[in-house]
Amino acid sequence: MLSRVASSIYWLNRYIERAENYARFIEVNLNMTLDLPRGTTEQWEPLVFTTGDHESFAERYGKPTKETVIQFLLADPANANSILSCLVAARENARSVREVISSDMWEQVNRFYLMVRDALSNGWSRQSLHTFLTEVKANSHLFLGITDATMSHGEGWHFARLGRLLERADKTSRILDVKYFMLLPTVDEVGTPFDIIQWSALLKSASALEMYYKRFGRITPDDVTAFLILDSTFPRAIRYCLIKSEDSLHAISGSEHGAYQNHAEKRLGRLRAELDFGDIEDCLIGGLHEFLDRFQGQINFVGDAIYETFFAPRPIHIHSTIVGAEAQ
Amino acid sequence: MGIRFSQYDPEGFYDELYEEKGQPRAGSTLLLKKFASLPEGELRKRQEAAERVILNMGMTFSIYGSNDGHEQIFPFDIVPRIVTASDWEQIDSGLCQRIRALNLFINDVYHDQKILKDGVIPAELIYTSKSFLQPCMGLRPPRGIWCHIAGIDLVRISDGRYYVLEDNTRCPSGVAYVLEARQVMKRTFPELFEAYRVRPVDGYPSQLLETLRSLSELPDPTIVILTPGIFNSAYYEHSLLAQKMGVELVEANDLVVVDGFVHMRTTKGSQRVDVIYRRINDDYLDPLAFRRDSLLGVPGLIESYKRGRVALANSPGTGVSDDKAIYAYVPKIINYYLAEEPILPNVPTYLCSDRRDRTYVLEHLGELVVKATNEAGGYGMMIGPHASKQEREDCARRIEADPRNYIAQPTLALSRVPTLVDDHLEGRHVDLRPYVLYGRDVSVLPGGMTRVALRKGSLVVNSSQGGGNKDTWVLS
Repeated sequence: MLSRVASSIYWLNRYIERAENYARFIEVNLNMTLDLPRGTTEQWEPLVFTTGDHESFAERYGKPTKETVIQFLLADPANANSILSCLVAARENARSVREVISSDMWEQVNRFYLMVRDALSNGWSRQSLHTFLTEVKANSHLFLGITDATMSHGEGWHFARLGRLLERADKTSRILDVKYFMLLPTVDEVGTPFDIIQWSALLKSASALEMYYKRFGRITPDDVTAFLILDSTFPRAIRYCLIKSEDSLHAISGSEHGAYQNHAEKRLGRLRAELDFGDIEDCLIGGLHEFLDRFQGQINFVGDAIYETFFAPRPIHIHSTIVGAEAQ
Repeated sequence: MGIRFSQYDPEGFYDELYEEKGQPRAGSTLLLKKFASLPEGELRKRQEAAERVILNMGMTFSIYGSNDGHEQIFPFDIVPRIVTASDWEQIDSGLCQRIRALNLFINDVYHDQKILKDGVIPAELIYTSKSFLQPCMGLRPPRGIWCHIAGIDLVRISDGRYYVLEDNTRCPSGVAYVLEARQVMKRTFPELFEAYRVRPVDGYPSQLLETLRSLSELPDPTIVILTPGIFNSAYYEHSLLAQKMGVELVEANDLVVVDGFVHMRTTKGSQRVDVIYRRINDDYLDPLAFRRDSLLGVPGLIESYKRGRVALANSPGTGVSDDKAIYAYVPKIINYYLAEEPILPNVPTYLCSDRRDRTYVLEHLGELVVKATNEAGGYGMMIGPHASKQEREDCARRIEADPRNYIAQPTLALSRVPTLVDDHLEGRHVDLRPYVLYGRDVSVLPGGMTRVALRKGSLVVNSSQGGGNKDTWVLS
């Protein structure tokens, strides 16, 4: 597979997944603020911190309000990570690999883009916002389903899954982080019903509520955190994402599990092992936010290694005598 | 009853679907009856449905010079053009003849130049052609064929005959629209495809693949399409053809020449490439061979090609045969190499490089169409009857400054096809671009791009200037 093509498939999937997760970010915040007691002000600043784009936000908008934050995350073409920008980028990547992906995949990306563009050109209201976020998630799921059902599960598909799951691992960690930034009315309320409501809103935004109940039954902060970080079977849990990403990486390079052929495999393998052999205490020991922050840094590190290993243009060395032997 | 067809009036033009007012041609009766049986507004509804299909397929083009990423769907009209079997037979044999002769001509120009020595074409005309590439002298493309893929523009005028208007022997585009238009039409009028025996166009990608395979001696050559990238206006076509042929679509940066052979960069190292269907102009293929100032292209590609280590379709240098001044000599070219009379005539053409022709052109600018010899896509064109006095004067100045660069032709009354305007049909002018492949043998795709000038009265069919597209039904 051409390096450029592999890179486009990888990024196509990262952008679709990113758009979906931005919808989840906004949803988690809407859900949490809906349940705030009367008289408390809505908190939108945490959301901007969670995305890591707070500096570029502050430069252009100043103080965060509900309107500016949603505009920034949804429809701002100058924010490279807004849902609109993600769809533009996803579509451009899809366009450059149309001959490699199935036409059903291309048409879905295109329809998804058109839906987002048209919906955002009309502005948004509270009512339309909810419908829109649901549609973004549904369109992303549809793309994922079409990919699985119409693309051969070969090298290209593995690059797709790799991109999607690394992105998802990163974003699930950020959804968890929203709770860290979201201040409770008073410190005393940690562990109160109100706190629990927020944790369950968070699970809901990760589409994890039902699966969580099946596993743990009742909601406690530690169990929610453990579930979203360490579960090996829930598809939005970080550990699940790393396990499957690693499978794809090995399928691409043909090397065995437990060994590595390149930096990408080495870094991802170590990161996964840390979760395989870790528990919730390990995550909380230095503070959850600090843990998540470090994790995000390491995911970026894996991304860099994937770029260097598979996508970066590098000199090609071929021994002349071998080429000579191939001549007609 | 929706649309009343007895009302439709060809208004004195040759109409592809009507003999005369209210009188359909034999091949189109069925179609027009079907239209007449549709309920009020149904045709419009189907037109809109077709446009939605096109939008969802992403068949769009971006408009040059607009940087807000604004895209437009390729304008499409659901009323097809119908070509009878006997008309097609003549077109088919005429194009095969023309493409054979043009290939013999190109090969001669870059080798012995007999046609110049025999005085059939002035040598001056060749050497002053911007498309004549000195570095191609002596080049031996596989089996002596230079142009494997051509698109020849035809027009039909009042006398009912087809004429060749232009040869496109470099990188003709548009075939993707032929393939996609057919898909859209099958969804739009499934019942008509059952009733008509329309010759299929879906075989084109596999025929193109066979043509490209014929360029290599290897049993299973690695074939790629070389595209300038997603910002090229024909990118949609490049990716569609790659998809339908199952070959890699590469950009120049994906290719590298190592030890004289062309390779592509893959996730598993490099892989040798044997045949390149290039959709990049000659100038930008190889900075070492043609334009040293160019950052585009694959350094060393042409040297590799000269040594027979990679094949290119089309070969560099084919542009010399679609120079519009050389076009005027194609009937003589056919005569010279094949000793045959041209089956498809040329449109009468005045060469501004010729003193007598030039005088005539300058005196009759108001009734002629003037074209730059080295331009395509309707650029550099002046339509006398529609031009202002100022435009005609500017044109005259350009001709006098550089006569070799201009030709003129009479303004042709292009044939028309009924076209949906709001809720009724009106005649609009069309041309026809069939596609010719020359691999082991010559074949013509039964169909082609019917371009239609959507603006009332307009004669310009180019998509950049208000043109649209129709499906072309060749009947068997």
